[in-house]
Amino acid sequence: MSGHSTYEPKTGFERWLDSRLPILRFAQDTMVSFPTPKNLNYWWTFGGILAMMLGIQIVTGIILAMHYVPHVDYAFNSVERIMRDVNYGWLVRYTHANGASMFFLAVYVHMFRNLYYGSYKAPREVLWILGCIIYILMMGTAFFGYVLPWGQMSFHGAVVITNLIGAIPLVGPSITTWLWGGFAVDDPTLNRFFSLHYLLPFVIAGVVGLHIWALHVPGNNNPTGVEVKSKEDTVPFHPYYTVKDGFAISVFLILYASFVFFMPNVLGDAINYVQANPLQTPLHIVPEWYLLPFYAILRAVPNKLMGVVAMGGALITLFVLPWLDTSKVKSMRYRPTARLYFFIFILACLVLGVCGAHAPDDLVIPGFSGLQFLDANINSYVWLSRIGALYYFAYFYVITPLLGLTETPLPVPDSISTPVLSHPASAPTGAAASPEKRG
Amino acid sequence: MVDTVAGAGPDPHVSGDDPNRRDFIHIAAGVAALGVVGGLAWPFIDQMNPAGDTLALASIEFDLSKVVQGQQVVVKWRGKPLFVRYRTPAEIAAAIKDDHADLRDPQTDEARHKPGKAQYLVLIGVCTHLGCVPTFGGGDYGGWLCPCHGSVYDTSGRIRRGPAPKNLEVPDYSFLSDTKIKVG
Amino acid sequence: MLRKGFAVAALGLAVLAAPLAGTAVAATTQAEPTEQAWSFDGPFGKFDKEQLQRGYKVYREVCSACHSMNLMYFRNLGQKGGPFYDPKYPNPNDNPVVKSLAHDIQVKDVDTDTGDVVSRPATPADKFPAPFANEYAARASNGGALPPDLSDMAKAREGGPNYIYSLLSGFKQPPAGLKLDPGKYYNPWFPGDLTGSWHGAKDKVPEGGAIGMPPPLTDGKVTFDDGHPSKIKDEARDVAAFLTWAAEPKMEERKSFGVGALIYLLIFSILLWFSYKKIWKNVAH
Repeated sequence: MSGHSTYEPKTGFERWLDSRLPILRFAQDTMVSFPTPKNLNYWWTFGGILAMMLGIQIVTGIILAMHYVPHVDYAFNSVERIMRDVNYGWLVRYTHANGASMFFLAVYVHMFRNLYYGSYKAPREVLWILGCIIYILMMGTAFFGYVLPWGQMSFHGAVVITNLIGAIPLVGPSITTWLWGGFAVDDPTLNRFFSLHYLLPFVIAGVVGLHIWALHVPGNNNPTGVEVKSKEDTVPFHPYYTVKDGFAISVFLILYASFVFFMPNVLGDAINYVQANPLQTPLHIVPEWYLLPFYAILRAVPNKLMGVVAMGGALITLFVLPWLDTSKVKSMRYRPTARLYFFIFILACLVLGVCGAHAPDDLVIPGFSGLQFLDANINSYVWLSRIGALYYFAYFYVITPLLGLTETPLPVPDSISTPVLSHPASAPTGAAASPEKRG
Repeated sequence: MVDTVAGAGPDPHVSGDDPNRRDFIHIAAGVAALGVVGGLAWPFIDQMNPAGDTLALASIEFDLSKVVQGQQVVVKWRGKPLFVRYRTPAEIAAAIKDDHADLRDPQTDEARHKPGKAQYLVLIGVCTHLGCVPTFGGGDYGGWLCPCHGSVYDTSGRIRRGPAPKNLEVPDYSFLSDTKIKVG
Repeated sequence: MLRKGFAVAALGLAVLAAPLAGTAVAATTQAEPTEQAWSFDGPFGKFDKEQLQRGYKVYREVCSACHSMNLMYFRNLGQKGGPFYDPKYPNPNDNPVVKSLAHDIQVKDVDTDTGDVVSRPATPADKFPAPFANEYAARASNGGALPPDLSDMAKAREGGPNYIYSLLSGFKQPPAGLKLDPGKYYNPWFPGDLTGSWHGAKDKVPEGGAIGMPPPLTDGKVTFDDGHPSKIKDEARDVAAFLTWAAEPKMEERKSFGVGALIYLLIFSILLWFSYKKIWKNVAH
């Protein structure tokens, strides 16, 4: 999509088509000859994995929609009919349900890779923002989709999440009623959630198109964070990265298939196999694992409105990250101090996830009664999630800006090929700080 | 800056190895990739075939004593109407008389009912033209008349006039007892 | 270091979150289900047909008096992988055993001549009839408690068959100090909060809950046709196996498909690995 095309029509038909719809030129330039840094490691294969996951989710989703009935009286049973009577229905549904988890797993790896190698920095801010939009659309799609089987957790999860909107002053309750299409989550709600769940993946696919476009203008970042300087630094996307991505996809599929075939319900909640009952709430409401960190941030704040603001803020923060980071060095390979804070950040996200899975008053260390601090026990998950949430925001608003101004990064190589060509023999300059092997 | 490097990079085909083996591994990987797609294609196609609950309703039992002589009862079978007609001796005679008339889809009346049960005619009530449901007793032959495009069937359900190409279809059925049949 | 960090993060996200999600329930306690060895455990596990047949008998003679199984049809009993599957009858609706099992049960139907509601023997295409007409009738007959539908029970509770087995075979005399309402029974494996009924030491509230179901099984309550012993534990184990099958009749199909799929993907990955190595051979990176 950028630069000079290397496409040369070979046949008369190709010339004819090229002057009318240059689709073959487009395919050649974006998927075949696209110059890609030759030092991309396996963390870069998750883009391809994500594209595949989107495809799988759309195909299996369309199939499920052929059998699913979006009505409160039939939804649960129609899903069970898919599991029991539709030919290979179990395969399609488990692929779709576990696909959501795999999709999020891959997107988190993709995002953490981005943070580590500073891929969000200039000239890739728009690429990063489009990615954040995709991520939020994914969360919406996953939430709508989780409501559809109309189990206990589907229903009460929908109640809890839609009630969050009620926290908005003045108009909140009206918006909630509007969203429900009634005075509670009910048939109209289920119908519109089904409609939106069908719609959003195609919106995602559209934004993914923009995301790839925005990728192909500046080209890929790479583990050194040094921009491509010469043709020595790149290889054509095909066959080098088609085969590398293909291999990574195949390995990822092994993990995915293990869940689908041998532990299809491990990532779900058992109570969702009980049909929704508006009169009885399950003892413990938890979202799916991929939303737990944000759920923990929500509950860390004792005020309903402020909790929603904090949770929304955690997402909005991602959008402004390119302007919060003051460091000129992209890759944390050359920023040892930043690397340390980054790993603590991953830990904080995991801790938040664990907090989201537990009831707020549960004791973190069993048997240790702790002591009361302000409104809660110091040994409870409330306080742990507050520490996690505090670090989450501090990482973006304090650590990242200050570190760029104060730290002394290691020497950065002049070009991608410099450390690469001398590898693995005695490496000059910054390569010493990168013990990890690539590819 | 990437403008200058398009298509760059070492040629993957420069190799001192036996070219056959190299080709084999790429071809094998490619074929295996097609296998993944193919392996998933079948489940994704088969899911549109009738499901277990649909198939379970595919055969029904019917009590013939519910039909009065000279009348037909219409029951639903596999989503389509099933005609069960208790024919009068006159209707049977009319059908046999035309066994060797100039028929579009030649068939004897004998071949269209179970042996010794000439009075019971069991037919799928779907016009062989474009799928409408023919009306009982209509047309010149006292059989059925299709209201959509005027196909006329006789008392054996054979096509006599109009656009339909075939006789009304006889489903697979069998007598469980003197008065009970199982269809499908 | 980086590699390790990411690997830990990815693994943690994938594996940690799931079991954690189910562990914490405020103030509600229950005993950890007793682990049993099941024939259907593991990637190659298969259902034990005779065990399923015995389990069906337990359900039919004991559980079905109060519990519905609204997602089950008689034909399911004879489908591939089912307790009464017979390769001679690929269509379960023709299976004579299934037909006769269905025929033993009366279901409600509408007489097409009169429009009256009538009872008739079930056919393989019929659903298992529910013991009560509706939720209100079920609650009225069971002291206000609703006997849950058992179709998905083995998937709808943490612990699945182990939970069912533990619960059914785990009724205990309430410990001294526990005062339960009439019509309630003490069961350590039933999730609940007994603090309100406990009059003993404050930190010694017994695990478990008060369940509305009286102990359903007794030794020898069901006589198995294959002469298998029928102690409470046997009956509980067999019905737990039956309910596991009922919750997922396609489990065997899933696992055998999965073994094939994984072997295929493994070979595919190896092929791609060599292909990848070949292509990158001459690139310093």
